[in-house]
Amino acid sequence: MTMFNRRHALHLAAGLGLAGVATARAQTITLPFANGERPLVQYPQKRPLIRLTSRPPQLETPFSVFGEGVITPNDAFFVRYHLSGNVPPQDLDPETYRLAVTGRVTRPLSLSLAEIKALPATEVVAVHQCSGNSRGFSEPRVGGGQAAHGLMGNALWRGVTLKSVLERAGIASGAVEVSFNGLDEPPAPDTPDFTKSLRLDHATDGQVMLAWAMNGADLPVLNGYPLRLVVPGYFGTYWVKHLHEITVLDKPSDSFWMASAYRVPDNDCACVPAGAPAGPTRPIGKFNIRSFITAPAEAGRVAAGRPVTVTGIAFDGGTGIAKVEVSADGGRRWVDARLETALSRYSFRRFAVEVTLPAGVHGLMARATSTAGETQPMEARWNPAGYMRNVVETVTVTAA
Amino acid sequence: MRNIIITPMLAGAVAFGLMSAVDARPVQYDLPEETAELAPGPGLDVVQGNCGACHSADYITTQPRNFRDPAAFWQAEVTKMRHVYGAPIDESDVPAIVAYLAATYGR
Repeated sequence: MTMFNRRHALHLAAGLGLAGVATARAQTITLPFANGERPLVQYPQKRPLIRLTSRPPQLETPFSVFGEGVITPNDAFFVRYHLSGNVPPQDLDPETYRLAVTGRVTRPLSLSLAEIKALPATEVVAVHQCSGNSRGFSEPRVGGGQAAHGLMGNALWRGVTLKSVLERAGIASGAVEVSFNGLDEPPAPDTPDFTKSLRLDHATDGQVMLAWAMNGADLPVLNGYPLRLVVPGYFGTYWVKHLHEITVLDKPSDSFWMASAYRVPDNDCACVPAGAPAGPTRPIGKFNIRSFITAPAEAGRVAAGRPVTVTGIAFDGGTGIAKVEVSADGGRRWVDARLETALSRYSFRRFAVEVTLPAGVHGLMARATSTAGETQPMEARWNPAGYMRNVVETVTVTAA
Repeated sequence: MRNIIITPMLAGAVAFGLMSAVDARPVQYDLPEETAELAPGPGLDVVQGNCGACHSADYITTQPRNFRDPAAFWQAEVTKMRHVYGAPIDESDVPAIVAYLAATYGR
């Protein structure tokens, strides 16, 4: 575990490092796994973020952001694309943008942004998390985007329910799934376009949203402007950005991104023995439960013999957090933390508890339990794609 | 879905983007330049010409190292790019690509 416990070392390259003028050369951050050095790069509408890749852009949120508040600011929110064609989409024009709703519907629609915004609006605070969040900690390591814990965020999303849009279009008989496509495109003619689908009952549950705003502002371009799908409680792969086509299908989608990619072992833990093949799989679905200590920070120093407040965040796939326990002795004894009021059952929920530590080095752990009784494992589970990590994490601090 | 009340804490966390709801002009967004580069080595030009057509070099440089069999890892990646992601890579280029990647990003 020691590899996971090293500090997210932020160090300035020689002679540079003025805040606000960060360039790729100005700052790097070293994520706590092998080959984890990344540049901190500032993109338009964003603060300096951890750049995983340039084309297409993938940007990770520095972990310290999650200690600053229960809502993740738009300029700190992570970015993840799959395909480099038309990213970010060129000539995004809110006047000419249209959302097409076609397929097994009785009234095909072509909606302008103004028409969508004129529909009754709804809001929800919900966590957005990449399926491969924390993949860099997989052991043995697996290929793919090598991220620490920063491919997640919590925002207030505002938009219209997908249900209300589908009702306007009228679901025709034989419909079973709804497919979603964004303006991003494949870079090569034979590359499968990034489309995702939801079962009709999920798509019409009144929770799935077409969002045009987060945290009270337009979506940042790299987070899907002008419209994205929000699927509360579900992994981010379904949250299609720059959404412009909704197609109601009369058979399950054969999209590569549903039929072959973003699949997990089809068992209770979505896991297999480390290094084993995935075996039978199913599409990835709801978040499993997670929690993170945000203070004290990894490798932090605290006062010995005096109460220290341990704070953090927890979330699950939408049943809500029932309990968070904290251990200061590596998991032998646990104390219940106080839970802050939940902004919604899909939101980060903050917790806090005081612990008193004798002088020495200590492993602080948090373990969340949902209202459905789901809790976090003490040993990391593994699957070949590095999805769904939710082990109890450890923060190492020194009391002196 | 119930509407929620925006608490002062939440309002304080709101970060406004460059665009506002009333500003309906087309959006221009310029990505920062790519800075990641591949290390020199035999086959670099073949790798740049093939892999670089669809993604930046950091897709390669950030992958884990120290696999027991680096050539097998990179062979699987190149095969995935060709057969799964439809990358137009000539079969005759594959050995040079795998050799470069295993030698340069295997350890």
